[in-house]
Amino acid sequence: MANQNVERTEAQPSSRKRFDVGGRKPTDSNLLTPYLFMAPYLVLFGIFIVFPIFYGLWISLHNWDYLLPGKPWVGLQNYVDLFTPGSVTFEPFWKSMEATGKFTLYSVPLLVVIPLLVALILNQRFLGRNFFRTMYFAPYVLGVAVIGILWRYLLDTNVGLVNYYLGQLGLPDDIPWTNELPWAWIALVGSTVWWTLGFNAVIYLAGLQDIDPALYDAAKVDGANRWRRFLHVTLPGLRPILLFVITVTILASANVFGQAYLITEGAPGDETQTAIMYVAQEGLRNFKMGSAAAMSYVLALFLAVISIANFALFRYRED
Amino acid sequence: MSAGVGAGFVLAGCGGGPEDNPAVQQQAGAGSGKEYNGPKVKLSFWNGFTGGDGPFMRKMVEQFSSQEKNIDVTMNTVEWPEYYQKVPAAVSSGKGPDVAIMHIDTLPTNAARQVILPVDDVANALNLKKSDFFPVVWDAGIYEGHRYGIPLDVHPFGLFYNKDVMEKGGLDPDKPPQDKDEFMGALEQLKGKGIQGFWVPTVPTGPTWIFMTLLWQYGGELYNEDVTEAIWNSDAGVDALTWMVDVIKQGYSPKNVGEEAELIAFQNNKNAFVWSGIWNILPFRDAGVNYGAAPSPQIGSEKATWANSHNFVIPNKRGQDPHKIAAAKFFISWISHNSAEWAKAGQVPARDSARESSTFQNLELQNNLAQELPYVHFPPSVPGIGDVQTQALDPAVNEVLLFEKESKAALDESASQADQLLKENRQKYQA
Repeated sequence: MANQNVERTEAQPSSRKRFDVGGRKPTDSNLLTPYLFMAPYLVLFGIFIVFPIFYGLWISLHNWDYLLPGKPWVGLQNYVDLFTPGSVTFEPFWKSMEATGKFTLYSVPLLVVIPLLVALILNQRFLGRNFFRTMYFAPYVLGVAVIGILWRYLLDTNVGLVNYYLGQLGLPDDIPWTNELPWAWIALVGSTVWWTLGFNAVIYLAGLQDIDPALYDAAKVDGANRWRRFLHVTLPGLRPILLFVITVTILASANVFGQAYLITEGAPGDETQTAIMYVAQEGLRNFKMGSAAAMSYVLALFLAVISIANFALFRYRED
Repeated sequence: MSAGVGAGFVLAGCGGGPEDNPAVQQQAGAGSGKEYNGPKVKLSFWNGFTGGDGPFMRKMVEQFSSQEKNIDVTMNTVEWPEYYQKVPAAVSSGKGPDVAIMHIDTLPTNAARQVILPVDDVANALNLKKSDFFPVVWDAGIYEGHRYGIPLDVHPFGLFYNKDVMEKGGLDPDKPPQDKDEFMGALEQLKGKGIQGFWVPTVPTGPTWIFMTLLWQYGGELYNEDVTEAIWNSDAGVDALTWMVDVIKQGYSPKNVGEEAELIAFQNNKNAFVWSGIWNILPFRDAGVNYGAAPSPQIGSEKATWANSHNFVIPNKRGQDPHKIAAAKFFISWISHNSAEWAKAGQVPARDSARESSTFQNLELQNNLAQELPYVHFPPSVPGIGDVQTQALDPAVNEVLLFEKESKAALDESASQADQLLKENRQKYQA
């Protein structure tokens, strides 16, 4: 943001007119130019984002099964059901929202802090740095299906490798990682942290390398120790990166599906059935797409509010 | 999506019943099914045989294609859970298969959603009669007066016993337990030797199938007569689920048995008994286990066992080429006649002649489980019934087996939840 301001103030005195592009007069075709450049993306954006958003709203106002001839209009009933205790969808939906909330609450702090520590270490100069950078990032390239099935077998209570090695170390070897609380959450959060920390670490690493070394030198001259340099140079320098990491991590965590679907399968009972899992079950397996769409909008609204709060919080601190 | 909407508009004017569906009349195309004389056609054949059964079906398809020069069948395999999402989507966009396999309990849902067409005329053309098939299977393919599936096989539950483990526990490896006393006695004996003999799975759907088997054995039912209420919270249901939990509580099974862990333990000679479907015959054989298969042990007051059945279906393809329909009929007829071969994949053929053939008679384990046919149970033929099971019954059984809830409370709660879902389904499918 700051950089753009600098450029604009420098550029303005030299350009006489605001909309003067390349010294020529603006013609009709010139007016169209930016839109033509954006057109390929706008078309895709329109077809795959804008249209589905409104079409989904339309679906959520019906009892919608795309194969049944009758798709009765139900108005806001699907939404009303979600807020009416005792309806078919009320309890499982809010329970799944709670599960998603728990997962987000447990995983986001870890996914914000641990990758930062990893990035700080990987930002030092040491032998084999590139090897470790690759190793930490490596799990991220795996698909969720791969890591899901991998961890399901590793974490199996009775035949899994994790419990076997715990037993070899003289620790309890019957921990029900995938089907009892709190272990199921530990399994889901742990495997997710292992899987995605590399992504956040790489973002942090890029941010760290963007911080002007002169600032560290200045801080050293002022007598700041390591901790103070971290607090007063590194963290403020990472603020936009932090905002990005936190926002993206919250959204990714709130969309958790594959891990819970494959590792715990919602067990025990439906304790770890996340919101997206329930939406998928309702819409794609039970073919109740109207109520599934309504649930998606409620979830999306939650995420929008959280994201806005997140931005507001960071802006407030900046002022 | 847009194609789906289009289909909706086309069908919206047609009232709903299959008689009014123009696609239904179209199916009564040419071809007796006894032979195919038309021009060369390509048939796409979809199924969910992703396990050890896949190669057997593929081999049969290849044999058929090489024998019938004018019909080229390509087989496409998708895992069953995804399969039931993909086929409807493919059909609605006009890219569905020409012939497909579906489980018998999914026929009503797919018939109501117009994913598949009635096959009464296929049955007539092929001269298939109830007397050719095992009656329960034949009757279960009918929804609202129309036949929607041509049964290929029956796959019942049975008791798999690991002979090595039984021997280690001092049991006669050729005498699998067949009633409650024998079964509990065997488990007690194994426990004395430090072996947990019957690992009770906790992750759906395996434990739900065991629960259903026990529920029927104790004289209970899943639903009332007109399938408006779930009644699995009866005394029979509570007894069934309590028996399963007690097996774990008494230490005959480890706690928290995860998905497929009971099968892995069986293959590693740690588990003596697996109570599961006949489809395990091949995987266990391929894993080199020294094992046998017997009918489900009778724990309750009567004999009963859960089963399902693969059926041939004709997807609802708009503007389908009549030659393809004729070819599909012939293909179904050919596989059906040769279904003794299919039995090798770990199945019991639905067709009597195939079951009586020497090919099938030579399959010892399949034959053992075929004895169960007189008392197999299928879930009721009601659209959307699968959702009720996965949303209400599966989590309840899971929670009780993980000691999170008591049998009675969990079953009561899930039954009232199921009643709501049944009501919703009735409205949705207007049945």
